[in-house]
Amino acid sequence: MTTLQATAPQSLRPYPPGDLAIWVFILAELLAFGVMFVIYGVARMKHRELFDQMQLTLDRNAGAANTVLLVTGSWCVARAVAAIRRDASALSARWLACGILAGLGFLVVKGFEYQVKFEQGVNLDTNLFYMFYLSLTFFHFMHVLLGMVILAAVWWKTRQGGYSSADHHGMETGASYWHMVDLVWIVLFPLVYVMR
Amino acid sequence: MNGQYSSRGLDFVWVLLLAGTGFTWWLGESGHAGPQAVTAILAIAAVKGVLVIREFMALRGVSLLWQATVIGWLVVALAANMAAYWKGL
Repeated sequence: MTTLQATAPQSLRPYPPGDLAIWVFILAELLAFGVMFVIYGVARMKHRELFDQMQLTLDRNAGAANTVLLVTGSWCVARAVAAIRRDASALSARWLACGILAGLGFLVVKGFEYQVKFEQGVNLDTNLFYMFYLSLTFFHFMHVLLGMVILAAVWWKTRQGGYSSADHHGMETGASYWHMVDLVWIVLFPLVYVMR
Repeated sequence: MNGQYSSRGLDFVWVLLLAGTGFTWWLGESGHAGPQAVTAILAIAAVKGVLVIREFMALRGVSLLWQATVIGWLVVALAANMAAYWKGL
């Protein structure tokens, strides 16, 4: 009997962590980015030489650094949720702060990238590749910004002792959005910066 | 999230994500291009995406419909770009 219990599959919960409304929002955002990624792929197919040539003008080191920052930010927030499940509020708040710092680092690196491009005279009219590059990355940039605002609110409430192992629904809601921002960049980075 | 997401498990996922990012960066920086390189780059992105979806977003313990929806998004986005790449060769 013990063996049977040990090997029985864990039951799956019907809904993901956090508020269901944020998941409707997440799916809508993923759909929007997904359509943009498919259109990018088609445009790249039709203008391969231009895309290959222009891609070499991007700062791949900055793109990789930003991937590290977002992946790390996502990890920090996952650790924050794990900590609050043990009622470790102070630790959870520290992990959230690290996640916010990672997001801030992303914005700084991306800001430098934009500054260099703008000083070179790059804009939406430069060519088709840069139209996609600026549109995709800026759309994502705004999502990082919103994610940081959400994380800051969650961090503040965590510091006030507003979450516990019994009630951390709000933290899971914010965390889910933040992970979505990371997930989108995981696709965006290889498509725009690396594959050729 | 449920109890199956241990801190050590999350740390391991983070290390895998960093390793995947490093390998992708290396492929780009060392000038790897062409179908094989692109297949590897998109495959790494797929693995990284599934790790984030299942372990960080904590969908591993959620109904298969939810998992399939989000992982399906990832597969469609990457497969469409893979198909477009091959068609554009």
